Order: sequence, then C-alpha cells, then structure tokens
Amino acid sequence: MANDPINLTAVEISKSIKEAKSTPDEVRSFFKERIKKVDSSLNSFVQVFDEPIACDKGKSSLSGVPIAIKDNICIKGKRTSCASKILSTHIAAYDATVIKRLKKGGLDIIGTTNMDEFAFGSSCETSCYGPTKNPWDISRVPGGSSGGSAAAVAARLVPFALGSDTGGSIRQPASLCGVVGFKPTYGRISRFGLVAFGSSLDQIGPFTTNFIDCANLLNIICGFDEFDSTSVSLEVPDFNNCLDEDIKGIKIGIPKEYFGQGLDSQVDSAIKDVIEVFKKKGAQIIPISLPHTEYAVATYYIIASSEASSNLQRFDGIRYGLSERAPSLKDIYFKTRGEGFGDEAKRRIFLGTYSLSSGYYEAYYVRALKVRRLIKQDFDKAFGEVDVILTPTSPTPAFKIGEKMTDPLSMYLSDIYTISANLAGNPAVSFPCGFTKDDLPIGAQLIAKEFDEASLVRLGFSYQNSTDFHKRIPAVK
Amino acid sequence: MVDKKKVEYVANLARIEVSADEISSLGEQFTKIINYIDKLNELDVEGVEPMRGLHIEAGRFRADEVKKIFDRQAILKNIPVREADYFKIPKVIE
Repeated sequence: MANDPINLTAVEISKSIKEAKSTPDEVRSFFKERIKKVDSSLNSFVQVFDEPIACDKGKSSLSGVPIAIKDNICIKGKRTSCASKILSTHIAAYDATVIKRLKKGGLDIIGTTNMDEFAFGSSCETSCYGPTKNPWDISRVPGGSSGGSAAAVAARLVPFALGSDTGGSIRQPASLCGVVGFKPTYGRISRFGLVAFGSSLDQIGPFTTNFIDCANLLNIICGFDEFDSTSVSLEVPDFNNCLDEDIKGIKIGIPKEYFGQGLDSQVDSAIKDVIEVFKKKGAQIIPISLPHTEYAVATYYIIASSEASSNLQRFDGIRYGLSERAPSLKDIYFKTRGEGFGDEAKRRIFLGTYSLSSGYYEAYYVRALKVRRLIKQDFDKAFGEVDVILTPTSPTPAFKIGEKMTDPLSMYLSDIYTISANLAGNPAVSFPCGFTKDDLPIGAQLIAKEFDEASLVRLGFSYQNSTDFHKRIPAVK
Repeated sequence: MVDKKKVEYVANLARIEVSADEISSLGEQFTKIINYIDKLNELDVEGVEPMRGLHIEAGRFRADEVKKIFDRQAILKNIPVREADYFKIPKVIE
C-alpha cells in the first residue's frame, strides 16, 4: 500500500481502493494485524471476524473500508450479546437496518466492539468480557457505554465504528478517547436491530476521527425505515455539502448551567478556547440558560431505567441466550435472570421496576415525564435565540478504572452534560478540543435543533480545519 | 430508606433471583439513588403534560401484505431448549 492507512481518512482509503492503489483484502489485513498487535492491551473488540462478511458489491464513498460495530447491533449470523452473560450464546437472526445499509454501501464489517452490559454504564467496565482500556492511558476507562468503539477508533484499530447513545454513550466515550462521536436526532437513524435499552432515547451513531468521514458515514446510515415506527420520513441532506469552512454569523449559545461546580478546570479552559476559535471565524457567541439542567440526570435515570426494565423482560431463558434449568417456568425466569444479569443491569431493572410499580408510578415515572417536557421546553426556547449550543461533553477527562464502580451515583453524574440531548431528542456531537497536562483528550459538545445535523457537521469540519487535536494518535503498543 | 423487604418485593416483580448479599448491597445503593432522584420533588409540575415520546409520526399506514422478513430457522436456532419447531418449557397447567 502506498500510504499507511492510519494516517488516511476512511474516504481516502476507499479512494485508494477505487484507484487500485490498494485492495480491500490488503486494507482488511492491515487493520486486522493492527488489532492483533494492539488490542491485547485495550480489549476494545469482542469479535474480529475471520472471513469478510458478504457485502453487496455496492459502491459508495466508503466502499471497501473496514468498520467495527458495537455488540448491541444485530449482524445476521453473528453473535450479538450486548456484552451480557444472558445473551452470550445469542446469534442474530437478522441484520439491523444500519447493517443492511453498510452492506449496501460496500463497507467491510470487521468485528464487534466491547460495551457496558446492555449499554448500562459510562466506563465500559460492566462488560461480561472485562473492561476496555483507554488508549491514551491504559489505567483509565475509555468512557461508555460504547467504550470499545471509541477506543478502537482512537487507537486507529479501525477507521470508524458504530455505537449507540441513550444518555451520552457515544459522545462521552468519544470525548474521553479523543475522537468524533455523533448522536443524530431521535428518529433520524433506524433503531431496527439495535437491542433496545431506552426506546424513547436510544439512537445509533458513528465514531470517526474526523468530520469528513462522519459526514460520509451519516449519508449511508441516516434515513427512514419502515421497520422502525419512530424513524422519520424527512429528507436527509447530503452531509458532504456541509463540509464548508464558512460559519460566519452562526449563533452559538453558551448555557451557564454547564459551566459550574464539578467541571474540571482544564476542561473548562479547553471549551473557552473552542469559543475563541469559533468567534474568530465570525460566529456570534450568546449566553443562554437551560434552567432545568440540574434535574436531567434524575429524570433520565427514572425514564431510561423504566424503559430498560420493560425492554429487558424478554430475556427470560426461554427464547434465546442463557437458560438456567429449573422445575417450574417461574424458577427458570428467576434463575436465568439472577445468573445472567450483572450488578448494574440488576440495579437499573430494579430502579425501573420500582418506578413503574403500583403506588410509585405517578410519583416517579409520570413526574419524570413531566420534567422531561420542561427540559425539552428549555431547549425549544434556547433554539429560538441560537442555532447551536456549545458545552463540555464530560465534566472530567478519563477517570481511573475502578474509581467509580462502587458508587453508581457518581458514575451516573459523569453523563450530566450529555443526557439532556437524549431527553429532548436533539442531535449532538462530541469532538476533540484539547488535552490535559497529562495528555488525556478533552471533548467539546455541540447540540443543534432537531434534524439540523448539518450545522453540527459544518461547525465541526470548520473547527478541525483550524486545529489538529483530532490528528494526534495515542502511542499504544 | 429502601429496606430489605422492598428490595425483595421489587426483585420478585422483576423476576430476578437475588442472594442475601445482593439484597443488602442493592438496598444501600438503591437508597442513595432514590434520595438523589427525589430531587425532582423540588419542582412544581402542576399542569405540565407528561412527555410520552418524541415526534412519532401518527397514522402511517402500509399495505396489509405478508412479507418474509425473518428467517424462521435462524430464530429457532437460538432457543435454548426446543423440540422440533417448538419452545419447550416445564408444564404450567396441572
């Protein structure tokens, strides 16, 4: 191969294949070798497929490029386990719609990536396959729940990957690993074939190293799907048209509630630098308020856990996965679920079951739905004044493995800046915007109006044209 | 305070077997989480309409046609205990 693929964008890799400078087999072998060499210290992959998955001979701007898939998105004939013991033997019976779209675009699905069990977590430590390590410092977490996808892309084990985001599970690990993580508007990408966690919050999205690949991957995976009744039939723009330097006049809101107590000072100052970059490019910076921000985490944990407890009822030891034998049907349920679910999954199922139970339903679940509307109204009001909102993605850089495992609440609070976009349904992206003095990546988050992913791609692309944080590669061996 | 009895009650509703150790650790963590979540009681939500979903496009119709979407055998393969094309479970009616 003419160039080392780790320094190329996915679009450039695909172009080199089209120009016969390399072959898909060479590209696949290169990345598989790299995974073999590096991933023993990261544990970002759950499976690397021996044989290439039969893709249509589809042509797209990304055809021939390897991609990794979070372990909760169904790939027909492959194990899809959500990093849970209860699904450790589950073989997907069908392709998720996003997988069909990738195949149609001729992408090379190379393997599946590690995650928090059922996407319950912010550190990738609750996986039944053991924790994934952060490629910038392997004593630290990569974030979660899509920590495997984030770490794999950051370490350039694969040019890009898919993840899912229910409360920040794409953006927070992207921030902690120094890559671009994009959560589109709820309804923009089909959830068909994504194992459900919080059905009113879940959204699939890409991890990339740059906004050119992000735009091209969004072009492939976005769009209406008849198999997901919450997917939206709005036309999807060609995101390549958003790769435009000019952001003059765009109004960027800075919510005061996101810059208070708990925010690391190095993260704070990196975000202030982002503001300066955008200012220089002619953006207008406008202070705004999202007054219900402090209630977002509590609201989210009631709603997400309630939906999860309901969605996870299907794992009963009868239809798929683990099945503990017992003389009665009821005992099969109890034993299979007691044995198959990890601690965090149990906590979430219990919290959800409690919130939905008779006597507590109104006080917890319905109250949370009401506060969710107040949070949504904050965003609607803010977007009356501004085009996008800029915030930190995570209050701190990557924390140590084990640091928050004994205190679930402190783990939940690490999603404090990302959760609101899921509750409101708005698109949001995290992109690298600096490093701490210990060389840990820092991420900035942009949130846009519903279905205005285009503004996020435009601003991100423009930012990366003037900075090179996204070009740094961790020296993991 | 979420006591032992309440954890057992919820575990029963959720159909999850829990050990004595789990009951005490879950109870402790659960109490902390519930105390935090009680923060929502600070807000006056009188008259606010609960938000039950996001822009779901109502009334989308499709033709009533039989389509082959799933591969029956691929689904059946996942059954832990089966007999022919059936799920095999313990007897539930005496």
